Amino acid sequence: MSVAGPEAEARQRRWLTLPAVAVITLFGVLPLVIVVVYSLLRSAPYGGVEWTFSTDAYVSFLYQKDIFDDTLQFHADYLLIYGRSLAFSVVTTFVCLILGFPTAYFIATRPVATRQIWLLLVTIPFWSNLLIRTLAIMLLIRDDGLVNNGLMWLGVIDTPFVMIFTDFAIVLGLFYSFLPFMVLPLFSSLEKLDFRLVEAGFDLYANRFQVLTRIILPIARPGIVAGCLLVFIPCIGAYVTPLILGGGKHLMIGSLIAEQFGSARNWPMGAAQALILMAGVLVALWFYGRNARRGVAHAR
Amino acid sequence: MLDNTKVPGLAIDRVGKVFQQAGKPDFRALDDVSLTIRPNEFFTLLGPSGCGKTTLLRMIAGFEHPSEGEIRLDGDPITGLPPNRRPVNTVFQNYALFPHLSVAANIGFGLEMLKKPRAEIEATVAQMLRLVRMEEMADRKTSQISGGQQQRVALARALAPRPRVLLLDEPLSALDLKLRKEMQIELKRMQAETGITFVFVTHDQEEALTMSDRIAVMSAGRVLQVGAPRDIYDRPANHFVANFIGDSNFLTGTVVEMSAGLVSIRLVNGAVLEASVPSSVTFGATATVVVRPEHAVLAAPGEGVIAGEVETVIYFGTDTHFHIRTGEGATFIVRQQNRRGDAAVAQRGEAVSIHLPPGVATVLAGEA
Repeated sequence: MSVAGPEAEARQRRWLTLPAVAVITLFGVLPLVIVVVYSLLRSAPYGGVEWTFSTDAYVSFLYQKDIFDDTLQFHADYLLIYGRSLAFSVVTTFVCLILGFPTAYFIATRPVATRQIWLLLVTIPFWSNLLIRTLAIMLLIRDDGLVNNGLMWLGVIDTPFVMIFTDFAIVLGLFYSFLPFMVLPLFSSLEKLDFRLVEAGFDLYANRFQVLTRIILPIARPGIVAGCLLVFIPCIGAYVTPLILGGGKHLMIGSLIAEQFGSARNWPMGAAQALILMAGVLVALWFYGRNARRGVAHAR
Repeated sequence: MLDNTKVPGLAIDRVGKVFQQAGKPDFRALDDVSLTIRPNEFFTLLGPSGCGKTTLLRMIAGFEHPSEGEIRLDGDPITGLPPNRRPVNTVFQNYALFPHLSVAANIGFGLEMLKKPRAEIEATVAQMLRLVRMEEMADRKTSQISGGQQQRVALARALAPRPRVLLLDEPLSALDLKLRKEMQIELKRMQAETGITFVFVTHDQEEALTMSDRIAVMSAGRVLQVGAPRDIYDRPANHFVANFIGDSNFLTGTVVEMSAGLVSIRLVNGAVLEASVPSSVTFGATATVVVRPEHAVLAAPGEGVIAGEVETVIYFGTDTHFHIRTGEGATFIVRQQNRRGDAAVAQRGEAVSIHLPPGVATVLAGEA
């Protein structure tokens, strides 16, 4: 290395970021710009776009044009789909939190040597493809799948318990896919928790529930917020899981957008839907930023 | 068994603790420990690390459960109660302040858990902030205050619910010397002001001597001696206590004469020494006596009972330590107070003798 001053050295180091900046610009910012541009164009009848400016794609998110007199009428179809996706994501995030927290707590309280093994076990699902795992769930919960056959063999039920292509199947699939994203950040914040604080809580007359809600949860808050976002954000745009396990009975955001680019041949509409989803996620991130900052201030 | 129904104070009754460790032999942390700690007493558990003092403290708090024996508070057994149901609070070694709460909220936590009315909580928190002189810091985060201030908050938090017994687990060990001295005085003041029984754990013998009403000296899971600081310092029960508390010189000899409370010991060099004796000794037996360095006096050769040569002279400001190599090859330490303008009483290499005034030597029990 040359004997450059600290400023020159900093300037030199800046070049190290070049590959990352190039990749993000090329495959992140540029496509996003294209999506923004396409969302503001008119759709061509056989896919693609006509190069005329139009806000139709955004307007038609909430309004339907009357075919006779061109007046706008409010329709809630898309809102309903967004609402449904939101509901699935909220439920999945909640289930992940409720079941992921005890798991993370359990791992964080193991001796350091065995913690690594438990963490490895949590990441095992990542070793195989999401599509394959989802199809495997399908095999388990089908009408003549392992679960139903097992329960009938045991005599618990006479007729198959319908699980596949239901809301339950979608939440189960989403929960299974995203649980590690909840457990890992929860673990990393619980691992840092000083368990002498728990003792101090008991010493000061708190019962188990109060120790959990008044001491452990507030201190683990940054991990909780991070885990919830890491589950919620991919959940709301999830495509494969709702499609396979939900049987396409209920349209979700992911399928909706895919459909616009596919069979509906309305690219501007698909682009607009994607941007609306992104705006929603950004709002969620902003909330996260606010809460995380508060959480950090607490933890310090 | 005695009727203990209304004995005030904290009774530790033949308590033992064995830790079972996987793959290792069982570890006995406490062995048949019995203590009675009186109400409003400043009681110190003193011993080296690993002596079981912290285990005993954690048992009183309820974090550990005795393998045998019973703990009673004002006559009621509390052995089976969980920590949150004992009228006992702890000042933790690392303070364990809640990082997500303000100073005031930390202090009020216990009262809030006890479901005290809001007005009472606020009044007590204000009173505690005054007691530990932290009124200005009420709304600060615990991360925004210094170590000494955190210590005060930890103390206030533990005192706020007015426990019957306050446990302090080496609370001063993280502070620097000057702050530690200040806090020692502060702790004494708070104990006097609140009238709460303090059980203080430390490995620092000086801290124990200056602060305590009574001290229990512990080693290897056992209590070796219980008594007021002066008793323990002047009449150590055995070699360990004498060695652990203050500096000591040990001399060995034979018991040649016995009278009430006094014995004459013939030392190896033939000199005869009068020593006080806490328990009985046998005529003709070998006995070890202990002499504190500040009780011995340097004298001209031939005047004292032990002859020797000055090996080292260490100046300490308030006093000077003389390490004397005796004729028998042992090292005897004499400590003499310095007065302004005095030159050192003896120089390195000088031949001297050690004079032991009557009553400065004590026979160690169990080793007579």
